[in-house]
Amino acid sequence: MAEGAVLPAETLKDPVVGRSLWVEARGRLVRNKAAFGSIILLGLIAFACIFGPFVTGHPFDKVYPDYVKVPASLSSYPKPDQIEPNIERIGARVRAKAENITIKGDDVQMTLVGQRPIDERLLAYFERSDLFGAAKVLERADEGKRIVVEVPLKRKYFFFGTDTNGRDLLTRTMKAGQVSLAIGLLATFVAIVIGVAYGATSGYLGGRADLVMMRAVDVLYSLPFIFFVIMLVVFFGRNFVLMFIAVGAVEWLDMARIVRGQTLSIKRQEYVQAAEALGVETKGIIRRHVIPNTLGPVVVYMTLLVPKVILLESFLSFLGLGVQEPNTSLGVLISEGAKNIQGATWMLIYPSVTLVAILFCLNFIGDGLRDALDPKDR
Amino acid sequence: MLSYIFRRLLSAIPTLFVIVTIAFFLIRLAPGGPFDLERPLEAKVMENLNRIYQLDRPLIEQYWLYLSAVLKGDFGPSFYLRDFSVAELFARGLPVSMTLGSLALTLAVLVGGTLGAIAALRQNSGIDYLVTGLGALGLTIPNFVVAPIFQIVFGLALAVLPIAGWNNGSPANLVMPVLVLALPQIAVVARMTRAAMIENLRSNHIRTLRSLGLPSLTIVKHALRGAALPVVSYLGPAAAALLTGSVVVETIFGLPGVGRYFVEGALNRDYTLVMGTVVVVAVFVLLFNLVVDILYAIIDPRIRYD
Amino acid sequence: MAQPVLAVRNLHVRFRTGDGTLHAVKGIDIDVNAGETVAIVGESGSGKSQTMMSVMGLLASNGWAEGSVKYRGEELVGLSPNKLNHYRGSKLTMIFQEPMTSLDPLYKIGDQLALPLTTHGGLNKARARKRAIELLELVRIPDPERRIDSYPHEMSGGQRQRVMIAMALANNPDVLIADEPTTALDVTVQAKILELLSDLQKRLGMSIVFITHDLGIVRRFADRTYVMKRGEVVESGKTGDIFAAPKHPYTQMLIDAEPTGRKEPVPAGAPMVLEAKDVQVTFGLKKSFFGKAGHVLRAVDGVSLSVRAGETVGVVGESGSGKSTLGRAILRLQPASGMVRFEDRNLMPLDRGGMRPLRRHLQLVFQDPFGSLSPRMTSGEIVTEGLLVHEPSISRKERDRRAAQAFEEVRLDPAWRNRFPHEFSGGQRQRIAIARAMILHPKLVVLDEPTSALDRSVQKEIVELLRELQKAHGLAYVFISHDLAVVRALSDEIMVMKTGKVVERGTAEQIFDRPKEDYTRDLIAAAFLTENAKAEARSLAS
Repeated sequence: MAEGAVLPAETLKDPVVGRSLWVEARGRLVRNKAAFGSIILLGLIAFACIFGPFVTGHPFDKVYPDYVKVPASLSSYPKPDQIEPNIERIGARVRAKAENITIKGDDVQMTLVGQRPIDERLLAYFERSDLFGAAKVLERADEGKRIVVEVPLKRKYFFFGTDTNGRDLLTRTMKAGQVSLAIGLLATFVAIVIGVAYGATSGYLGGRADLVMMRAVDVLYSLPFIFFVIMLVVFFGRNFVLMFIAVGAVEWLDMARIVRGQTLSIKRQEYVQAAEALGVETKGIIRRHVIPNTLGPVVVYMTLLVPKVILLESFLSFLGLGVQEPNTSLGVLISEGAKNIQGATWMLIYPSVTLVAILFCLNFIGDGLRDALDPKDR
Repeated sequence: MLSYIFRRLLSAIPTLFVIVTIAFFLIRLAPGGPFDLERPLEAKVMENLNRIYQLDRPLIEQYWLYLSAVLKGDFGPSFYLRDFSVAELFARGLPVSMTLGSLALTLAVLVGGTLGAIAALRQNSGIDYLVTGLGALGLTIPNFVVAPIFQIVFGLALAVLPIAGWNNGSPANLVMPVLVLALPQIAVVARMTRAAMIENLRSNHIRTLRSLGLPSLTIVKHALRGAALPVVSYLGPAAAALLTGSVVVETIFGLPGVGRYFVEGALNRDYTLVMGTVVVVAVFVLLFNLVVDILYAIIDPRIRYD
Repeated sequence: MAQPVLAVRNLHVRFRTGDGTLHAVKGIDIDVNAGETVAIVGESGSGKSQTMMSVMGLLASNGWAEGSVKYRGEELVGLSPNKLNHYRGSKLTMIFQEPMTSLDPLYKIGDQLALPLTTHGGLNKARARKRAIELLELVRIPDPERRIDSYPHEMSGGQRQRVMIAMALANNPDVLIADEPTTALDVTVQAKILELLSDLQKRLGMSIVFITHDLGIVRRFADRTYVMKRGEVVESGKTGDIFAAPKHPYTQMLIDAEPTGRKEPVPAGAPMVLEAKDVQVTFGLKKSFFGKAGHVLRAVDGVSLSVRAGETVGVVGESGSGKSTLGRAILRLQPASGMVRFEDRNLMPLDRGGMRPLRRHLQLVFQDPFGSLSPRMTSGEIVTEGLLVHEPSISRKERDRRAAQAFEEVRLDPAWRNRFPHEFSGGQRQRIAIARAMILHPKLVVLDEPTSALDRSVQKEIVELLRELQKAHGLAYVFISHDLAVVRALSDEIMVMKTGKVVERGTAEQIFDRPKEDYTRDLIAAAFLTENAKAEARSLAS
């Protein structure tokens, strides 16, 4: 065709839309049952952690002194066998004895018998407890020494039980999930940003700069990791956001190595040489060729780094160096659970199951992404 | 080969020096000091203590003093556990941690390697899924969850093992801590062996062996040797970490190892203890990196050190 | 007629893939008689390798075979690997296309050679070693007593293929299956390996099944030939008959796929486009950490060349001869010394920025159509990337129009310009790579083995396309290739390179008709097996 010839209109028909590698990878990921199931499960967990605390009816730091360490249960509290002892306890404060305690639906009727006339203002003790609502006096007899009282029961649900302070474990687990996920994402983000920038620079510059930059990474590798983390805790103390930015700043080493290796191999690819032959500037090569092609391993590494960071946070919290009360994280809950494993197994089981589920999902997603992005049989 | 090892050992010295330097200034820059107790000491006492431990000198001089002491093998007295020198603490703790670590490592290689190889040979079978699933579980359940569960099950419910304690390293006391240490490593080793084996079994040189009608045992042997390379390079740093103790396991099982020294030392600003731990861990890391390189050269003739 | 040694009947091979089942071999029949050489020819994807892989029970784990394969009357399909091991390695053996990776890099070749001997032959270690040395001698590896303790990485590709042959022959097999045994090797090495195989067959009397795409090999070595296309045998018979009178159009096409025609001469007085004098490229090998200079390799050692508008200079040589490095050096993509002049400008003093505006005139097309296209860009984006640099002012719409135009020019459907590289075949990808160069209307294009990774029939189309484009735009080409047939079809002048130096140069006629150097003669002899075969066949037919 002659130079600059105008194409006939019909040849400029609408282009066929191609399937990019990303689209194909998504297809493979969706077909991978374990990974796809994990994505859905993790989505549900994250959704529950974010919105759950609003619907459980318990603030995460609300203490129920009457419900300390109650076991997990699908039916509501108070349990029938809890009502009588509690009424007797309140009766004692009102300086009366409770008789004829009958439970009718959501109400309890009883007769309070005192040796002196009962001060009805003291009935407020009922409302102050976690079990009952405001008391209503139905009958008075014997100059007020004998009154019939009806109190409504406050129905409460503790699906995961409560902790040693009487806080709802379900809400706390959700809150903890929020914190753990947030920490994982934040630290990973920091690690990725530093790692990608460092690795890509080192790989692209090559030569002596690469040698020096990677030597520095080697030295940092030999520094005991725990030492670094504990020093960061010492420095940043109780500010966990700052601390995990710092943890991210330690975790970037692997990322830097991966990205460097990737950049080196992409640099040798013929399509980069072809771009150089076209006269494309370094900026354009990095933007159009290097970055899109390193993204795959970075995404995979990211999904595997999040669980690592969450585990690290749990480990620090276990040592008492992590998130501080009343705020909580899965590590904090698990270490409390481990201390109360005798007699209050639910305190260990539910947070552990949540943590393991999150980590499991992230691992499967990471594996699935790796298979999807880098299929061996292509 | 010998000259290679020698050169590698030489090149580790500057690395070690850099690590010691970073660690020294990092811990010194941290707020607080070794004698900041809840009840503040009298100024006079504090001054005396600082003088005895040479903390009143300029930092750079202290650094110099420390370096020259370490070169002579003197790690100084512990600030916090005042009756002991750091060297004594390690002499007592290191054998404990190393016993646990080496047992766990052996277990991890044997069990993990076997499971991984079996899973690779029976890819996509029930056994494979079981190993992969257990592997994921081993990786995700934190050791501070596993340890108390073990204590409850084996120590209390079944009452077959002592719940905690060292008891001069009697085998019964070792079982639980070693298992807890080994589980995540077993998982990693199994995973890596499986992946490397699968890749190896698909390679052209294994196809050659198949085309020659050789028995499966020979094929497995060849595939295993190829698969050992990535596992070995993982095991180097892992061995260093295992042999220098785990704070979680030692705390939960009440063992007198060195794993706790890091945390205790750093939190109490026990400068000498922290520095001693840094040096010990770094030496282990560098040593095992060298071991990995040597093993690599033994396994793979393409890597030449001349 | 005697019972065939190997009889394949109604063989089907299928693979489970992510996109459903792939039917690779569709019910074929093949016979191999005692002592004869059978060729299975076809282009990539014809199922020729998978047929023989299934005979050997070597299909990938997602593949399976149905039908019947009988070795001397014993059914092989469906046998357990253990039972199959009675035949594999002793009666039926195979050598592969990839000599570089087919030996275990971690074991000495002596140990690997001993394996089939101890397993099937029942020899003890010492006797196996002795026999292994004999085998190495048989496949003509020099100094076998010493070489037996070498590791594979210490040997060249040709030597490794010889070791593979020795392993295959260890137990005097009845059938040797050779799957493209020479494709990955240099042409002169190819010829020697083929010679060895035919010589060994004469001495040992086994049957050989040759799987190949190279009709030259077929014509020279095969008694009978099966032509395969998309999983089916489209034609079979005596090799001579097939070459003389191909019945199936596909066979005809394969035979005609040799690039034909000669280039028209350049009109006198055509302007000089590029002139290079005394170009030198050196690589320091393995610099140590402290910068101690190691061994220095002269990849290109004082080479000069000049190209005029409309002219093609062919650069031929084997791998490692420095021809690709030379191509990059004259485009200033590789640091070099000497002089390179484009039109009237000296390129040597220019830095990257200074070269940039000139890049549109000097383009490059690579060998590997899979590696040279960025996998995450659409083909349209790839083709127009140069416009972003050299004509940054044009609109997106105009760029799209130019992309469509460039697609037309290389005979691709412009509607495909939103597709990604992996959705195209090898030949189509190479067209995209050519379009990327052509869209800038360059004056000189360096073509670095642009046809080597392609099937013969596709090669022919690409050669024709290149010739057309040259004629239409008066392009100057530097054509780098080890494939002399293609070089002859395209070039005015030819340079033969060996270890960085030009050993012979001249017009295409001079080089092909009156080669002066032995090296050139070897190259030509090895390359024109096919050509000669065809001529022979024609003379037979007439």
